Amino acid sequence: MNRFRVFAIFAIVVGFFLAYFVWSTETNPESQYRFKLGLDLAGGTELVYKADMSQTPSGEQNDALSALQSVIERRVNLFGVAEPLVQTEQASSLSGTTEDRLIVDLPGVTDIKAAVAALGQTPTLDFRLATSTTIGTTTAVTYAATGLTGRYLSSAALQFGSGATAGLAAPQVILNFNSDGAKLFEKITSENVGQTLAIFLDGQPISTPTIQEAIPGGQATITGRFTASEARDLVRNLNFGALPVPIVLESSSAIGPTLGAAAVTAGVTAGLIGFIIIALFMVAWYRLPGVIAIVALAEYVVFMFSVMKVIPITLTASGIAGLIISVGMAVDANVLIFERTKEELREGKSPREAVHIGFSRAWTAIRDGHLTMLISGGILFWLGTSIVQGFALVFVLGVLASFISAVSLSRVFLLAIVPDLPPEEGKEHRAWKFLLSSGFHKN
Amino acid sequence: MFIITHRGFFFWLTGLILVAAIGAIVFWGLPLGIDFTGGSLMQVKYSNEVPPLSTIEKQVSVVPLGAVFVRSSGGNAVSIRTRTMTPAEHEAVFASISSSVSTDSTSLPQTTELSYTSVGPALGNQFAHKALWALFAVILVIMLYIAFAFRKVSRPVPSWGYGLIVVAMLAIDLIVPAGFYAMLCHYTDMQVDSLFVVALLALLGYCVNDVIVIFDRIREHLAKNEKTGLKESFEETIGKSINETMIRSINTSLTVVFALVALIFLGAPATREFAIVMLVGVVAGTFSSICRSAPLLIPIANWFAKK
Repeated sequence: MNRFRVFAIFAIVVGFFLAYFVWSTETNPESQYRFKLGLDLAGGTELVYKADMSQTPSGEQNDALSALQSVIERRVNLFGVAEPLVQTEQASSLSGTTEDRLIVDLPGVTDIKAAVAALGQTPTLDFRLATSTTIGTTTAVTYAATGLTGRYLSSAALQFGSGATAGLAAPQVILNFNSDGAKLFEKITSENVGQTLAIFLDGQPISTPTIQEAIPGGQATITGRFTASEARDLVRNLNFGALPVPIVLESSSAIGPTLGAAAVTAGVTAGLIGFIIIALFMVAWYRLPGVIAIVALAEYVVFMFSVMKVIPITLTASGIAGLIISVGMAVDANVLIFERTKEELREGKSPREAVHIGFSRAWTAIRDGHLTMLISGGILFWLGTSIVQGFALVFVLGVLASFISAVSLSRVFLLAIVPDLPPEEGKEHRAWKFLLSSGFHKN
Repeated sequence: MFIITHRGFFFWLTGLILVAAIGAIVFWGLPLGIDFTGGSLMQVKYSNEVPPLSTIEKQVSVVPLGAVFVRSSGGNAVSIRTRTMTPAEHEAVFASISSSVSTDSTSLPQTTELSYTSVGPALGNQFAHKALWALFAVILVIMLYIAFAFRKVSRPVPSWGYGLIVVAMLAIDLIVPAGFYAMLCHYTDMQVDSLFVVALLALLGYCVNDVIVIFDRIREHLAKNEKTGLKESFEETIGKSINETMIRSINTSLTVVFALVALIFLGAPATREFAIVMLVGVVAGTFSSICRSAPLLIPIANWFAKK
């Protein structure tokens, strides 16, 4: 048994294992490895928010963005959605300004208004230091961000303290910081005694207390001008999480579930029929190598599916496009090799030798083709917006897998089957030549 | 050698197709969808009879949105396109079209919203810019890579000449399906959306590969001729290379065509327009790489020979 046969059997066993994995995870509704379908296929709502980072120091923007993400995630979970997805995206425009976006995917939710309302109640909280500058007779107050924002908040509570008006208990909101926030708060208060530390809620200063002394312990009190019910709402919303930066709804989309379900069935049917037609054509034209190409292609497909399930990569319409083109590339690499093998056979090489040379001759074309595609895919992923990235990711993965499938799998399979015949012509020789040739005629 | 001998004819044919495609783009234009311009698009399905489009338009105009475009989108569904709506405006529009059409009819229209997309104007504009830049960046890098990959064959055509031809081919390969799409948009109500751009990008990858395979064969022959000292005209080398790779080019594009045809007839409506663009592009691209890219090397080689 030569080493190619060992590899070939191993590859087939792995292929069956992967196919079983794809099948079993897809038929089991409980499995965590089912295909993640994009909203354009499965139905649901997508909301794209722009994060306003103008008040955030540039060094802390990444932290603020991830804090924003976790707060919104908590909000979304509250909304009761099956598999919500909250992503952040830093889009840099060509003029050099970056834009931070928050993308919220809510599968199965088609009521945009309810979704927007639920997320929109999340308050923005931050602390800013006031500096008054007096020019002539007018005094202008500017506020500088301190970095202490809603992300350091661990909880909020309502309390009725003794207000300025005698006999009337004024509602107060107690803010409890987490340990990082407490340290930061202590640092800010100790360094700026005598100054005003304004508390901003949704971009408006709601309380402008003056720092009397350093405050350890991580507790701050807002004694704003609000009514009891306003204070109660604020506490509830703060407890669900306060945003470190303000967000603005930039775009939204909702796809009804009926449209999504039909899209999935149609996609699967189209993929299956397409594969069968390609398989018939390949076997009819390329004979034995055609059969091997189909086996290699089937392995390629189950491999791609498994990778997409494990990573996981969300399947969208543009991702399917990437998949189809990369399948085309995988077929092409095989076709290149087989055409080369046939040419070598015509020049009188023995079958096995022809296969060997066919692979090495096709190599430069396959290498250059795949490399340019990888480069294009990389650029698209780097520069593209999310829909282009969805395409690019699947495309790059597919090109890589196609490379492996054509260069190693098809080669191993062919070399495992084609025997090492003596150079003189014989009946067996002619039979192999026929099997390795191509076209609809006998030659 | 057929293609090489008659390359003049193929160049003219190319010119003709190109002029037609550019004409279609210039005269009919590529109507940009909300992905580029920003705006809102809602698709509504009526389970009973669809009221006349003008009636729906009137119902939508109850909400002050400026220009409203209502189109039938097949079956019992209509699509309504407006400027970017706020969630409240969106709700008002849906409520308005779900209300009774006329005073004498007692039954309310049964409406369900199939899909709703709203893109802020800033976001839309950004997408178009980024998509264009990505296209240019990809083409530029491909040109550089090919110039590098063919650096060992610099006679009779310098290696960057190959890169240049590939770029010219890619431009044609993208203009032809774009022109076809302009025609489709003119006769149907389709619009350029982000999937269209994805289709062009996919085509880019496909066509580059196609051209590279033929150029690779030319490269191989040139290297072999130099080694064996075989005197062969450049035209002969190219003709030989085209013939040897033709079946591969046709077979590969056939397999992709099979997949795309399946997607067009059996796939989801969301991917149909995309698949049509791809189909046109793949067929045009295959024609382009066989009949155009390699033959174009000859006039360039002659030009360099004269210098």
